[in-house]
Amino acid sequence: MFCRCLSAANYGVETVPVYVEADVSDGFPCFTIVGYAGTQVKEAQERVRTALRNIGIRLPPKRITINLFPGNLRKEGTRFDLPIAVAILMAMEKIPVQGLEDFLFLGELHLDGTVGMVPGVLPSLILAKESGCSGCVIPAGNLKEGRIIRDLQVIGVSTLSDFLAFARERVIPPEQETAGKGEKQGETVPDFSEIRGQEALKRVSVIAAAGFHNLILSGPPGSGKSMAAKRIPTILPPLTEEESMELSGIYSIAGLLPENSGLLTQRPFQAPHHTISPSALCGGGRIPHPGEITLAHRGVLFLDEFPELKPATLEMLRQPLEERQITIARLESTCTFPAEFLLVAAMNPCPCGYHPDKNRCTCTMHDLRKYRQKLSGPILDRIDLRCDVQEVEYQDLKTGSGGQISSADMQQQVIHAAGIQRERYKKEGWLFNSELRPEAMERYCPLTEEAERLLSRAFTTLGLSARGYHRILKLARTIADLDQEEIIGTVHISEAISYRSRGQNGK
Amino acid sequence: MENRGRSAGEQLRYIRKQDPEYPEKLSFYDRMPAGLYVKGNLPDPEKKTVAMVGARNCSSYGRTQALQFAEQLAREGVQIISGLAYGIDAYSHQGALKGGGKTFAVLGCGADICYPKENYLIYEEILKTGGGILSEYEPGTPPLGWHFPIRNRVISALADLVLVVEARKKSGSLITVEYALEQGKSIFAVPGRVGDSCSQGCNSLIAQGAGIAWNPEVVLEELFGSWKERSGEAKQSGESFLLRFSEEERAVLRVLQTTELSLERISAESHLELRTAATVLTMLSLEGVVYCPSPGYYCRSEDWPSEEL
Repeated sequence: MFCRCLSAANYGVETVPVYVEADVSDGFPCFTIVGYAGTQVKEAQERVRTALRNIGIRLPPKRITINLFPGNLRKEGTRFDLPIAVAILMAMEKIPVQGLEDFLFLGELHLDGTVGMVPGVLPSLILAKESGCSGCVIPAGNLKEGRIIRDLQVIGVSTLSDFLAFARERVIPPEQETAGKGEKQGETVPDFSEIRGQEALKRVSVIAAAGFHNLILSGPPGSGKSMAAKRIPTILPPLTEEESMELSGIYSIAGLLPENSGLLTQRPFQAPHHTISPSALCGGGRIPHPGEITLAHRGVLFLDEFPELKPATLEMLRQPLEERQITIARLESTCTFPAEFLLVAAMNPCPCGYHPDKNRCTCTMHDLRKYRQKLSGPILDRIDLRCDVQEVEYQDLKTGSGGQISSADMQQQVIHAAGIQRERYKKEGWLFNSELRPEAMERYCPLTEEAERLLSRAFTTLGLSARGYHRILKLARTIADLDQEEIIGTVHISEAISYRSRGQNGK
Repeated sequence: MENRGRSAGEQLRYIRKQDPEYPEKLSFYDRMPAGLYVKGNLPDPEKKTVAMVGARNCSSYGRTQALQFAEQLAREGVQIISGLAYGIDAYSHQGALKGGGKTFAVLGCGADICYPKENYLIYEEILKTGGGILSEYEPGTPPLGWHFPIRNRVISALADLVLVVEARKKSGSLITVEYALEQGKSIFAVPGRVGDSCSQGCNSLIAQGAGIAWNPEVVLEELFGSWKERSGEAKQSGESFLLRFSEEERAVLRVLQTTELSLERISAESHLELRTAATVLTMLSLEGVVYCPSPGYYCRSEDWPSEEL
């Protein structure tokens, strides 16, 4: 008899429905899986056969054929174990088909019949909901993701017997409380108030967060660059529900959802080491897997020792920085991952770290030039903001002129400016000033007459390029938004000029 | 001037020792080049000539001094000779060009090669203003390390006086000084702060008896015997300089030093909010009175009045 049930496969961050068809018929006894199945899927037959036997169901000596449809998409992973077992059980008439035909199944089987966790459940549940399924059967371990989706019956099974009970008698297995940890409460969230002094650094962080401007921090070792970067997610506006869903989906596919909750509520902060390979950073693999830049989507990607990244890795960042997504082409498929991250790069001002203090810096002109040349123009062009971090002075450490301004205060400023931007760019479909295109600048960046004059003077005196000019305008737009001014004035322009990054003035 | 600029031409000439054009100053000493490749002009033997040398990796203080000394000397008709290297050399040429004087570069590679290539604009400007690019090496000779200390003997020989602007303890500039001593030239050094590594060489030269170039007039006096400040060009006093600026700008200007300070220091010492200080410094940089050697750091520029504020 032929039966079929629904499952789903992940491709990149997309999820497609996959039908698992089973046919149990007379003929030479064998078990075949067809439908462009990878090795992991082919191995399912041994797991399914053994798991069924261990709960007391023997496969009949018949010809069993499994087909995964559509047959032109490669299937990988162990998530099809449970749907294969379900389809066989239906075909063997061990469980009723009725009531299960519009259910979606996912899960890995162990030999003793336990149903194990699989990655990427959340996007499949979203697919199930969107395509009008009445319910889903998923591993009990993935239930934290199941709880996020409303208006969908999500059954978490921990063993195959649990599933049989549900299929035959509609017994819903009791939900096991997952250790009851709840939200992360005990962990201390970093806060900007812990950084002493460093007023410039804090100011720049607010501007970067408000306009989502990429930022490069340059300073001697131990001056607090990493500390500040770690705290930038705390001043970004909180995630909206939609963003949170999107992010959780990505993390679900990567198998990186936090243990105690299915939903990401904090903005991500990814800080890969500088020896990272291009495909680990941007995503890759035969079936493309999201990289660090996608995991930092809507959050902060912190690259310490920026010039020490391999040139190939560094240049890979160009496309995602420009298009805010990354497309990875592979033999079998092309995947597009979102990558709207805020890049925070950190570097030393020179190889020894003490430039421009000539008494301590031991670098020659040649060393300096070589170090700076590691960062190509096109990459620097995509970084709007630059801040030179100084070493903390003793009195700041001791008494701390900082300490008063906390992340919450800074976040308030950011939220306000972000709100203004959202309102302004409603029609354009972007969110932040950093996405302003040169052709739209005239419309959105009105200048006072004085500011206009200042800008034209700066253009000639500093030898700005067209790119540098636009960057200053974008920054000034954000600074004006922070001041809640619609028209950009001289103070905004001149502050923006003081944060311009190297390479913009031809030096 | 126009005409001269053109006559400088792009042609490279070779002047042999026996040619009448060969600088007489060079013929006094042993081990001088058998000939010079010249692009543009040779220094005028009738005019006073100063060789300015110093560190490539100089400080902001050195930069300011090189620019100011060269400009002032050039304004008085002194020709400035240097080596077109980074740092003090480049700033000396620039200062001389700004002062409307002639300046000459003696290279350690072929005279047709601009090394380092970052100084290309200076190279061009030297030729346009009637100065010259000199080299004892054949056109096309690459810049080899050992050429540079050797060409220093030509720099010192062509000059009447050698001015060391900033030099570390073990500096290539001191090689030039040694040649100059052999050749019997006067040596002046710009003093620096005790403890600044960039000024150790200069300070020790002074200790050994070099002239103290604490302002350009000292050098001019040495060159011309007696020298009086021109009455027509009354120097701008510190006070009248400050009058041009707003209250906030003045607060920042009073804090600024010849060595660079960080934005945060300036903001703290001038009692201005960080944002205001950043804004004011940008405006002052555009005015040209503040120099930003590295983003986030500021110091006085070469256009600063010599008088204290």
